[in-house]
Amino acid sequence: MTKNRSWIPYLLILPSVAFLALLFIVPLLQTIWLAFSDNGVPSPANAQRMMADINFTRSVKNTFLLTIAVVPVQLAIALVMGTMVAKVGRGRETILWVWTIPLGISDLAAGLVWLSILQNSGYFNSLLLGLGVLERQASWLSYQTPVALFFAIAVAEIWRGTAIVMVIIVAGLNQVPKEFREAAEIFGAGPWTRFWRITLPLIRPALQSALILRTVLAFEVFAVVYALGGRNFPVLVGEAYTWQNQNQNYGVAAAYAVLIMIISLAATLIYLKAIKVDPERLP
Amino acid sequence: MSAQTTSKAGPAGFVSSRRWLLWSGIAALCAWVLVPIYLVALGALGGRQGVYQWPKTGLPTGVSLDPFILFLKTEGVLQSFLNSLGAAGITVALSILLGAPAGYALARYNFHGKDSYRLLVLLTRAFPLAILALPLTVSFIKLGLYDTIIGVGLIHTVLALPFAALVTQGIFMGVPRELEEAAWVFGCTRVQAFFKIVAPLALPGIVATAVFAFVISWNEVFAASVLTVRNRTLTAYLLTVLSESPMHYRFAGGLMLILPSVVFIFAVRRYLFAIWGISSK
Repeated sequence: MTKNRSWIPYLLILPSVAFLALLFIVPLLQTIWLAFSDNGVPSPANAQRMMADINFTRSVKNTFLLTIAVVPVQLAIALVMGTMVAKVGRGRETILWVWTIPLGISDLAAGLVWLSILQNSGYFNSLLLGLGVLERQASWLSYQTPVALFFAIAVAEIWRGTAIVMVIIVAGLNQVPKEFREAAEIFGAGPWTRFWRITLPLIRPALQSALILRTVLAFEVFAVVYALGGRNFPVLVGEAYTWQNQNQNYGVAAAYAVLIMIISLAATLIYLKAIKVDPERLP
Repeated sequence: MSAQTTSKAGPAGFVSSRRWLLWSGIAALCAWVLVPIYLVALGALGGRQGVYQWPKTGLPTGVSLDPFILFLKTEGVLQSFLNSLGAAGITVALSILLGAPAGYALARYNFHGKDSYRLLVLLTRAFPLAILALPLTVSFIKLGLYDTIIGVGLIHTVLALPFAALVTQGIFMGVPRELEEAAWVFGCTRVQAFFKIVAPLALPGIVATAVFAFVISWNEVFAASVLTVRNRTLTAYLLTVLSESPMHYRFAGGLMLILPSVVFIFAVRRYLFAIWGISSK
């Protein structure tokens, strides 16, 4: 590493620092100010108004339930995918490509994809009719069927968001030295022991990044919900959107945004504490 | 790897049943990804009649390109498609122009504040986009950037830039330092050495980074919807007309969003794991 001419690296990072200061740090502080002020004076009015909103409790509950339902399933599927693909020689590339396709699909598009399956005259109902479970079209996405709507949204989110977890997990698995597993095998460890005792601890950094990224994204869930259920299933980002666009109340919208930020940061800290990683292996 | 499992697993019948289980699992997961895309394509190409056909078979009957073309001709669709391309173009250009130099600095220099810089970059990933989009509406109105493609491109760059910096760092680290030093010895300046030696070797990785920046911008919904009124991107357009458009239009919109992304992910599939391996190291 070069130490002389030390102004060069600063010159190189300066544009990106200036950009992020202007379009990341400044707006961040502005939102916090917007949320906790009223007509230019510090005030809890916006936060109070947010909490008094009829959709507030439901949107908090829905967002949390969705995250709790979706993230563990995605992690489990990603681990299964990673373990499976490690046993494949030829065709590995193609399989991995197919599994990463949802990575390029937006949450809005994912919502629309599952809408085509779950709408009243859609493929899911057709299948159930074919199996003799249903006699006529059932509706799954209305406000009268909150549980079915919840599962529909969860399935769409799992379908779309598993790819990113899988990519991070497979990248992590690739970095595990083969010798570790072979040694364990020689000493008689079965597949389960090998997985729990060798593989899982060694891919901790990957697990940590995947969990943080996925959880933060799950708290931001919005377009999938909107495409499938409209406003029948309130979530936090959806409420921020409504307060900003329909109600034109930037203060309450900002309060929602700050709440999402606090939850995301809390989740990140919990993961950082719970899954201990060598400081040297952090990103 | 596979040879090992085979030799350890004992009787041949047991081995083949395990292989069978593995491959059926893989096939099921592939179908889980692909079948929904196939079905939304049927929905997009089936038109009005296709939507109400009951019960559906899942076979491509009565499918034609006409409903999709009709959707493209709907007022606003083509314009929002072009807007999406424009915003993504700005995002790609800015995130590479600003991110790649930072990536190079991170890869080649040890400097004071390097860790703080990396922390700043990583922090952007932990914050919801909503928190940026809301106050930017106000600032953008003042600056005349509200409801413009440049404004959308700027905020999408906030998403793509950290990613570009971290990924290009890994790419530049992969270019041997000795090659660059050899060029200096032969009389190249640092700038010349960079453009003659490093840039060509790093180019494929940088192209992959650009594709990712493109997909990030192409798929973003929230900020684009909040920051535009008339000049909507495709995602923002679809979101706002969602409740009033007929089902087959929604499916056509979904298919139109999916197709470019799938093509792009295919183009960079070789880099996917390398990129995440690097950035999660």
